[in-house]
Amino acid sequence: MTARFDGRNGRWVGASVPRREDPRLLTGRGRFVDDIRLPGMLHAAFVRSTVAHGKLAGIDLSATLAVDGVVAAYTAEDLGLGDIVALLDRPPEEFSPTAMPILAREKVRFTGEPVALVVARDPYSAEDGVEAAVVDYEPLGAIVSEESALAAGAPLVHDEAPGNVLVDVSMFDTPGVDAAFEAARAGGGRVVEVVTKSGRQNALPLETRGVVASWDDHDDQLLVQMCTQVPHQVRTAMARSLRVPERTVRVTVPDMGGGFGQKCVVGREEIAVAAAARRLNRPVKWIEDRREALTAGFLAREQRYRTLAAFDEDGRITALDVDVVCDMGAYSCYPFTAGIEPLMASAEMPSVYQVPEYRVRARAIASNKAPTAPYRGVSRPQYVMAIERVMERAARELGLDPVEIRRRNVITQFPYTGVNAITYDPGTYRESLELAEAAIQDEGWYEIRERAAAEGRHIGIGYCCFSERTGYGSGAFAKRKMAVVPGFDISEIRMDTTGSVVVTSGTMNHGQSHETTLAQIVADRLGLHLDQVKLRQGDTERIAYGWGTFASRSVTIGGSAVSLAAGKLGELLCKIAAHLLETSPDNVRLDGDGGVVQIDDPERRASFEEIADVAYLRSHLLPKDVEPTLTATASFDVPGDGTFSNATHAVVVEADPGTGRIKILRYACVEDCGVVIHPQVVDGQCRGGIAQGIAGALFEEITYAGNGEPSAASFIDYLVPTATEIPDITVTHLETPCAFTENGAKGAGEGGTIGAPAAVLNAINDALRHTGVELDVTPVHPQTVLAALDAGVHKEMSVPS
Amino acid sequence: MSDRHLIDLTVNGETHEVLVEPRKTLLDVLRHDLGLTGTHVGCEHGVCGACTVLVDGEPVRACLMFAVQAEAAEIRTVESLSRDGELSDLQRSFSEHHGLQCGFCTPGFLMLAEGFLAQRPDAGREEIREAVSANLCRCTGYQTIVDAIEATATRRCHAKEKEATA
Ligand code: FES
Ligand code: FES
Repeated sequence: MTARFDGRNGRWVGASVPRREDPRLLTGRGRFVDDIRLPGMLHAAFVRSTVAHGKLAGIDLSATLAVDGVVAAYTAEDLGLGDIVALLDRPPEEFSPTAMPILAREKVRFTGEPVALVVARDPYSAEDGVEAAVVDYEPLGAIVSEESALAAGAPLVHDEAPGNVLVDVSMFDTPGVDAAFEAARAGGGRVVEVVTKSGRQNALPLETRGVVASWDDHDDQLLVQMCTQVPHQVRTAMARSLRVPERTVRVTVPDMGGGFGQKCVVGREEIAVAAAARRLNRPVKWIEDRREALTAGFLAREQRYRTLAAFDEDGRITALDVDVVCDMGAYSCYPFTAGIEPLMASAEMPSVYQVPEYRVRARAIASNKAPTAPYRGVSRPQYVMAIERVMERAARELGLDPVEIRRRNVITQFPYTGVNAITYDPGTYRESLELAEAAIQDEGWYEIRERAAAEGRHIGIGYCCFSERTGYGSGAFAKRKMAVVPGFDISEIRMDTTGSVVVTSGTMNHGQSHETTLAQIVADRLGLHLDQVKLRQGDTERIAYGWGTFASRSVTIGGSAVSLAAGKLGELLCKIAAHLLETSPDNVRLDGDGGVVQIDDPERRASFEEIADVAYLRSHLLPKDVEPTLTATASFDVPGDGTFSNATHAVVVEADPGTGRIKILRYACVEDCGVVIHPQVVDGQCRGGIAQGIAGALFEEITYAGNGEPSAASFIDYLVPTATEIPDITVTHLETPCAFTENGAKGAGEGGTIGAPAAVLNAINDALRHTGVELDVTPVHPQTVLAALDAGVHKEMSVPS
Repeated sequence: MSDRHLIDLTVNGETHEVLVEPRKTLLDVLRHDLGLTGTHVGCEHGVCGACTVLVDGEPVRACLMFAVQAEAAEIRTVESLSRDGELSDLQRSFSEHHGLQCGFCTPGFLMLAEGFLAQRPDAGREEIREAVSANLCRCTGYQTIVDAIEATATRRCHAKEKEATA
């Protein structure tokens, strides 16, 4: 046994124990989908649309079938599968339901859409088969922008969605909005208007999607081994599409190389492959290649906000009036729907500020681009950017310091119920801001900035304050009126005859270290050594239902379920121990060291091993009312509005006047995710998230030509930042324990991604402060920076001497 | 289909005979013909570095090399790093510094670092960062990967100095 790692007060929680997933991943013994190989396995590849929008006039697969090694090829008609349909319980004026066929039928809606499936002996022949396919398209006008989608008489992406609007919801319109704007205009206040935009991004897990489907006669079941954050959701959708009982589908997930939300929705390719495996009665594998991932994988983030904000003369915000448009691409994702981004923006927009009046309209529009799905942070990077730009603009116009205006507006009293009817869980909104500012001040960055300016260099400092709803319980999703409501999680714990436990969770690790962190929670709750706790997840056969891993929910919700199940098992162990020790159940307690002691006589003790031995091997010794099984199951759902983590990010950047390149000189994150289970893991989540946020602020963008052809189809065009673009980042933790979770944790997966774009953008604008240009669009390209600096030079030259 | 070639590949000190089409990449042969699945596929166009292996000691992208080109070479994959179930110093350092999250990019970074440190044993942090920028990681933000490699370099240098003075 390894030495005991004590976190705080002799507990596992709070200690950066060695990760239990590391040894296999470091030695090449991880098992990812593409590592799976089954006897007789075939390989699939997809024929994909070469036009963005068009009628499918004909598909000829005869040449494909003639290719050496090709075993079968299918069109939508051949497979006859049910569509994927994601629904909201909203009236027709707010929501247009649309369907995503498994393979395109009648028409194609984006370049890269799967049109036919080819199955062959090996992946090379499958590709040859794809190349031989002949598909005839009759092009229709492509919708590639908000303007073309909303233009009168625009071609329709879906006939069911008039005007190409999928979702149009005005969630809030409080009675005093107009009066607040009038007052700001009439008095000494200000009205500022900011239009912010963010580019389309790919969540880009390094491991692309993949599946190995096989029919198992023994189990009378389709075994689907795949790369998903949500195995149970896939099982549900797949069984419905295949029109079979859910018990005949088993979804398991091996090791997973990232997901970041992209893999928390149901894809069509996996269902097509499963159907082919069933028909051929042979295992079939499909591994998405990078080109497919960039052009036909789920995307996110293409949003535009027009934000009007009223401020009083003291710089306090009095009203917000927001119009949001999210370009959701060709299809609505299951189960979240095309409402995922606009509804998130609407519900959470006031962010960490005390906003008395609020009006918002948010739309999701359809376009001929790859469909979208949740991506780490979902809309929060965007609405936070919108409101943080508003704060900066107002500060400039009112002559206030950017930190000071935030200080005046940030929520300081908890519990606080916002204009959006959310009751926020206590946090450190103000404290994190003060600490972040102090870090930048103490290190002398303000002086460095001034000295640099005197030398003609362009250094800027930017901040971003935000909170993020983490553990979304079913209450929060139900408020969005989703027809399928995620939220709870289930956990089961089982002790064996040696006193070790196996914990099964409905969560799905894809880099967040669940095998370590959830085990830490259980080890503390039962008083076991970490080595005696094993976590299992990612198998629909092992637990009734689970919502998987997304929305920073694993430790908050999954971790609470795990903790509750362990608590129940603990009670059972105590009950048996009391019987064996011949005392009453309230005279025993877990001793924190793998056993139960008698409270009034600590010499008397029963180890878990002794109890387990009795429970299974000598069950005649059990108390009469105890069944011979050491298992417990518990489910957990966050009550109320969920939990809220918060943070302030502070960034220092320098803009290079020669190249327009932005270099990050300093990045500080002060965050509060409640109780920190594993500090190293939380730091890692923050830094990884920040790297993705910086990527969105400065580099990554999925762009399309005017005809809808994707122009970033490889890593040559889609610029993923490397170690030389991402700076070292300091992470400081504040800990406000959460009262709503079993372990005081609040969730930490997404925060980094949420804070970075606004903080970086604000820092760039500060660096450009002398130019008269303000940038409100990400990613910020070097040429944009150059143009701004150029404008500044012209401004200086035109100043009369 | 096209002709196949019978080639000898020396991987992690063992020689294997494989029958391959000339278009088959070294990556696919390692993973699928030899079952050495530790080397990963991230892009197949030479940018992500998930497929990095050592060919005659040099970090090489196995997706950009055909197996037939690797015939006379010594190839090393991630499977060669640990001996008798013991993690190497570099692997331990990745774990200590949390230089991996999902672990998908990890074999590529390990082989990149192994090859780089063999050539530049006294590399400093900035040099390490430059070298590491050859590969993509989507999870860590790179800092802890740089930390892990830097710590290994320092430890190895100290060990050498000790040896020299002993
Ligand atoms: S798979 Fe070889 S560089 Fe990406
Ligand atoms: S650890 Fe996930 S890609 Fe690097």
